[in-house]
Amino acid sequence: MKTEQDVIPLDFEKPLIALAKQIAELEEKALNNGNKKIVNDLKNQYEKVKSQIYKNLSPIEKVKIARHVQRPYALDYIQLISPIWIELHGDRTGKDDSAMVGGLIEIDGQTLMAIGTQKGRNIKENQKRNFGMPSPEGYRKALRLFYHAEKFNMPVITFIDTPGAYPGLEAEAHNQSQAIAMNLRELAGLTVPVIAVVTGEGGSGGALAVGVANRVLMLENSVYSVISPEGCAAILWRTRDKAKEAAEALKITAQDLLRLGVIDEIIPEVEGGAHYNPSLTSQCLIAAIKKHLSELQKLTPSEVKNDRQDKIRKMGAFISV
Amino acid sequence: MGLKDFFKNRQLKKAEKLQGKIALNGSVNGHDIKTPPPICDDVLCSLWTKCQSCKELLYTSDLKKNLSVCKNCGYHHRLTSQERIDQLVDYGSFIEIDENVLPDDPLNFVDLKPYKDRLKEAAKSSGVKEAIITGYGNINNSPVALGVMEFQYIGGSMGSVVGEKITRLVESAILKRLPVILISSSGGARMHEGILSLMQMAKTSSALKSLHEAKLLYISLLTEPTFGGVTASFAMLGDIIMAEPQARIGFAGRRVIEETIRQKLPKDFQTAEYLLENGQIDMVVPRTSLKNTICDLVRLHKQNHKPIGSNNGKGIFHEMPILARI
Ligand SMILES: [Zn+2]
Repeated sequence: MKTEQDVIPLDFEKPLIALAKQIAELEEKALNNGNKKIVNDLKNQYEKVKSQIYKNLSPIEKVKIARHVQRPYALDYIQLISPIWIELHGDRTGKDDSAMVGGLIEIDGQTLMAIGTQKGRNIKENQKRNFGMPSPEGYRKALRLFYHAEKFNMPVITFIDTPGAYPGLEAEAHNQSQAIAMNLRELAGLTVPVIAVVTGEGGSGGALAVGVANRVLMLENSVYSVISPEGCAAILWRTRDKAKEAAEALKITAQDLLRLGVIDEIIPEVEGGAHYNPSLTSQCLIAAIKKHLSELQKLTPSEVKNDRQDKIRKMGAFISV
Repeated sequence: MGLKDFFKNRQLKKAEKLQGKIALNGSVNGHDIKTPPPICDDVLCSLWTKCQSCKELLYTSDLKKNLSVCKNCGYHHRLTSQERIDQLVDYGSFIEIDENVLPDDPLNFVDLKPYKDRLKEAAKSSGVKEAIITGYGNINNSPVALGVMEFQYIGGSMGSVVGEKITRLVESAILKRLPVILISSSGGARMHEGILSLMQMAKTSSALKSLHEAKLLYISLLTEPTFGGVTASFAMLGDIIMAEPQARIGFAGRRVIEETIRQKLPKDFQTAEYLLENGQIDMVVPRTSLKNTICDLVRLHKQNHKPIGSNNGKGIFHEMPILARI
């Protein structure tokens, strides 16, 4: 587990870091002169500043937390919630895309199919994981595993943390669009329960392609959007510098999406974000998964499918006269 | 009655006369050859149009009569949704549905301009209420459920209304057991409705899952341009996928890809012909043979409900020896 010292601070956390440093210095002095009052006052102030920063995070600050390089990824959560992990590889037609992982896990004596986008933490890892941006082959691997889950009556749990589907020459040549579209259609037809968890960045169609679910959960500081704030700003504001404004306008936070009826539950994180305490976050995550799964497993297979399709059917806001 | 109405009435009368004649003459190959009124009247349209590809000056009425395909270079000019319907559907047979499903502003979205203002401007400049028209019509006497996207309306972007109208169209096609034809022209999901636009990808795809299970035919026609969330949902789910010549079709935009991979892309990248070569679509269909191709496909997909030999030779080639067909 990480201590606060191990965490790489974000810009808006810098006042806290400065304060913590000051406290540490004064504490050392206090050991000599016994002046504990100043230290205690500072500690109080630290707590105040801390809760002020974290309680009032702006959408763009949440984007930064969601993209934090130390944020737990799919494979981290999988290790934390399941005693077993048997990874299954490949789309069976030409490639194994490491930006999408999938395999078998076990929760309370039940086998689940776990599928997730997977980022890397350094250059080498990201060469392999392509910054968590799946290729068509990644989506087709996921599709193969959806069918596998359907055949063996395994609930599906997906972990979503991706900037989006990879925009590349080969990805287009191999039909990125069709790979995503097929997953949308086929996920809608599964009769096993599907639970999707947005753990970091929910990047547009590339995220939705593993996100059509009976229950969609979001970690408290994760975001989910039709387009990245930077991409939206570049098009609508004609400059990427307006990402902050775009992040606000797009309504991308977990709290916004709950209000819009797109997600079902927000999973709490510790102050500052899941990377400060991944195991605590994973405990909240597993509790939520179990709760929703037990509800869904009361339904018949066709009810499970209808439940998902009814949920998707309601999405949207329009005027009907 | 304004000048425009006067000419419209005159055209309608001409067409009625024309149809009267055709009814007497019968039909060819079982295809009714009802002709719509002349699309363009020289008095109303500007006389000349410059081809967007070869820059040749074309007589506007000639261009319109040639389905907006340049006679000089073959470039397929973008059509409005109404022009598309006029070209594809038997004259007078189109019945629009859900025309009063209208856009809302669920996020109170404001960029350089409020979304509400953009909606008003789009309706004014395009003459349509949203980025898709849906309804029923006949294609050479064969009924279909048809959705045509309108690029003039905020780049044909898919928001809640587009998703809802497609979903309703597919649902009613299942009830009426009709084939579905969707004609795409879109920049992708509409940013101004945020996540709700993204969800329309799931909604339309889910409806198409039901259509698929109902074993009904879905033909997707991709036209210039089709990108993003539209390509990555209903547009790529056709049982048959066709595209118009030279149409640009893809997931990510060319500029985004070039910035990502830091190299220039080949010139034909993401064209209809490129997609055909890469196995992504069934065919590239010139506009002049589009109606008959769709008609043939619809017919070929619905006649196998009876055993062979029981159709009384109604199939066009039924009585011909196999060799004669080749
Ligand atoms: Zn030309």
